[in-house]
Amino acid sequence: MSGVTAERGWRPQRDAALSMRGLRVAARGGAEILHGVDLTLTRGEILGLVGESGSGKTTAGLACLGHFRSGLAHTAGSVRLEPRPASSEADDGGEGLELMGLPTDRLRRLRGSCVAYIPQDPALSLNPVLRVGEQIREVLDTHGYGESTGDRDARVEEVLADVGLPSTAEYRRKWPHQLSGGQQQRIGIAMAFAMFPDVLILDEPTTGLDVSTQSHVLDTIRSMTRQHDVASLYITHDLAVVAELADRIAVMLRGELVEEGTVQQVLQAPEHPYTRRLLDAVPDLAGRKVLTATGQLPAARPSGSDADGGKATGGATAPSETGPREPEPGREAPLLEVKHLRKSYGRTPVLQDVGFSLRTGESTMVLGESGSGKTTLSRCVAGLIEDYEGSIALNGKELAASTRKRSNDERQEIQYIFQSPFSSLNPRRSIGQSLSVPLEMSGKLPARERRGVVEDALDSVRLGRSFHDRRPGDLSGGERQRAAIARALVNAPSVLICDEITSALDVSVQASIIDLLNRLRSERGLALLFVTHNITLARHVADRIVVLNQGVIVDSGPVDDVLENPTHDYTRELLSNVPTL
Amino acid sequence: MVKLILKRLLVSVFILLAVSVVVFAATLLLPGDPARAILGQQATEERLAALRTEMHLDRSPVERYLLWLGGLFVGNFGTSTTTGGPVAGLLSERIGASLILMLCAAAIAVPVGVAIGIYSALHRGTRRDQAVTWSTLTLAALPEFVIGIVLVTLFATSVFRVLPAVTMSPPGQQVWEIPSQLILPTLTLALVVIPYIIRMMRATMAEVMDSGFVEMARLKGVPERQVILRHAFPHAIGPVAQVIAIQLAWLAGGVVVVEYLFRYPGLGQALIDAVAFRDVQVVQAVSIIIAAVYVLVNLVADVVGILANPKLRSAS
Repeated sequence: MSGVTAERGWRPQRDAALSMRGLRVAARGGAEILHGVDLTLTRGEILGLVGESGSGKTTAGLACLGHFRSGLAHTAGSVRLEPRPASSEADDGGEGLELMGLPTDRLRRLRGSCVAYIPQDPALSLNPVLRVGEQIREVLDTHGYGESTGDRDARVEEVLADVGLPSTAEYRRKWPHQLSGGQQQRIGIAMAFAMFPDVLILDEPTTGLDVSTQSHVLDTIRSMTRQHDVASLYITHDLAVVAELADRIAVMLRGELVEEGTVQQVLQAPEHPYTRRLLDAVPDLAGRKVLTATGQLPAARPSGSDADGGKATGGATAPSETGPREPEPGREAPLLEVKHLRKSYGRTPVLQDVGFSLRTGESTMVLGESGSGKTTLSRCVAGLIEDYEGSIALNGKELAASTRKRSNDERQEIQYIFQSPFSSLNPRRSIGQSLSVPLEMSGKLPARERRGVVEDALDSVRLGRSFHDRRPGDLSGGERQRAAIARALVNAPSVLICDEITSALDVSVQASIIDLLNRLRSERGLALLFVTHNITLARHVADRIVVLNQGVIVDSGPVDDVLENPTHDYTRELLSNVPTL
Repeated sequence: MVKLILKRLLVSVFILLAVSVVVFAATLLLPGDPARAILGQQATEERLAALRTEMHLDRSPVERYLLWLGGLFVGNFGTSTTTGGPVAGLLSERIGASLILMLCAAAIAVPVGVAIGIYSALHRGTRRDQAVTWSTLTLAALPEFVIGIVLVTLFATSVFRVLPAVTMSPPGQQVWEIPSQLILPTLTLALVVIPYIIRMMRATMAEVMDSGFVEMARLKGVPERQVILRHAFPHAIGPVAQVIAIQLAWLAGGVVVVEYLFRYPGLGQALIDAVAFRDVQVVQAVSIIIAAVYVLVNLVADVVGILANPKLRSAS
């Protein structure tokens, strides 16, 4: 392992800002989380650290700040900070500073000044009771920036302007909850850059942001890193994000680095099979490859050649191989038809005259950013929102607005899968118990036959019968989402509403879920309403696409038409912001 | 924010009105004739009738309720059936005495409870934390009169004889003019209330210390003291204020037993005497006062909760 770094990561030593050698971290119970990790962060470069959840990438990132979350402890190895010659905290001359075992007080002085951290979820990491300006000021106050409070105020204004936010006094007095997710994350970036740090640790800072917001935040990070000559570590599970941003990529698997190299090397000639599998899991706008999960079969298909310009070549490609396409259009009556749907919360309109139809076996992607009304739309279809205007018809028969007023059969026809499998399954019930609830409600089967149906459903989502008696706590995110899908399947619906069902999951797990949905579609002739903010999935799951912006459908039609000839500026903007390999 | 507080205030007024209806209705159901209670068994029918007219006992219940309610607003709580004098005069000293006791208990219990709660949360899982947990659980399990008796045994009778076991209240002298006799009742009340404040403080603080913004503050290099006081503590105030309010409100009623134990001339004593002598007007007045304390303290807690939460503070 150290060999990998030694060959590829060699650079003139003076450029290194932080070097991690043979770092081992173990849980207090004894299980080792990191098995000797070597990383070198170089000035002016971004190193992408890629891995699935649980691979130990955040633990490695936090170790760069000398921080271990509770229950974890450093057991061996070193993390050495090589400060800039001019840096005030560096009193060891050119020798570098060993962070492991450094007294708490000295570590504290380095954090936020020499090594800064940008966390995953700005909504959780900004203190809701402190004004955003104060939170930036606090970094400067803590580390004694400048000569006077005037200097510090000036620096706050400067750094706000740097990240592209207004630097007015009024803006600095805002509370975190008054800002959007993207603005909150930029406050986080401003906080990190306030003290001109040498090293920056970014822990999935764009996960949970919309594509266009993500693109703006990535631009900010890129320009700030170059401008200030900072050594950055960008932690993510999504290779597509780092492909555009990073200079080098390190791939982590279960606490070990399995591959490291320049972006070109890793993306175009991946050496380790795991890297290849990760690459295969990344959805591609051109939709030419079959998404493969990392956990399953070894990836058979090389993915190399479509690395560049997926968007540009998209026009030339044949339709997706992934989903079964219904040959018909036209004459067959739509299974589900939504007409003139309107809904507002208070005086704010959320949906304005929305209409589309869905045929048997067809998959429609509802694409929109947060606040576009896509979840409201799917909840209306499912009957979870009662007071909408307009009509929703199933098999030509208009549905009552509320699930309570719909008949048992109508309810069973439309099933809903929620975004987070962590909160949609009751942790106190076994999977089998959760799955038999819909059967109990429909009351068609005698109790003793239910178990068979539940087991069949578990089989059909590739979980297997052994999951019947397990509880959600023992399952991974992907397994839980499969269980949630199985729950939707037990009553044999004809329409599945999938509300952002892959956005809480790693890219590789997402690939396996998409694969599963496509198989279910072809086996059972299910119609899918796939609600998402992720346009790159379009060719992998959908036949048709409906683009929703602020409650209005701005673009709709067959996937190829919309992606190749978007009629609305909004769709064009979404397409241009997609990160590609 | 002002709108939110005004709304909350309006709710409080309605609650008090509802309480007044319940209190009035409940005392109406009590057996006995107040006029006869005042005048005694030997009173003549004429004198009884005259007194009934004077006390509006001949009116309909609704009229009597409205008259009584109107009286409350101008500080007229009616006439005591035992003394024959106005209830307000009878209770004013008692209210002062009880209030002093409550405030002293709160002044000790709140800071001590909050401080020990934070201390316990910061040392989660250690022996010190366990010691705190065990002692709070033990204290919480003891009824207030047991705590009071133990304190009396320790400090007034058997072990040390440093503090008075009962309250002296010579006529014309206020209880607080002899401060030493306040110590034991105050301590008893404080010990009853503290465990709940500690447990709530520990739970909320422990949760806040695990949050993302506390980790972020540490990773910004903020000193630990400032992390606790500036980043974590403001989040714990809201929920803890609710528990403190419930505890303080309990004090208003809980003083009954403790005052009885220490022969303390407060509201509780007044209530016990009034019930014993069927002094309906005094029972009504004391019930309404205790209810008002409940409502007021909870109102304060809600306002603290609103002030501690920028989302609510900046609303509208």
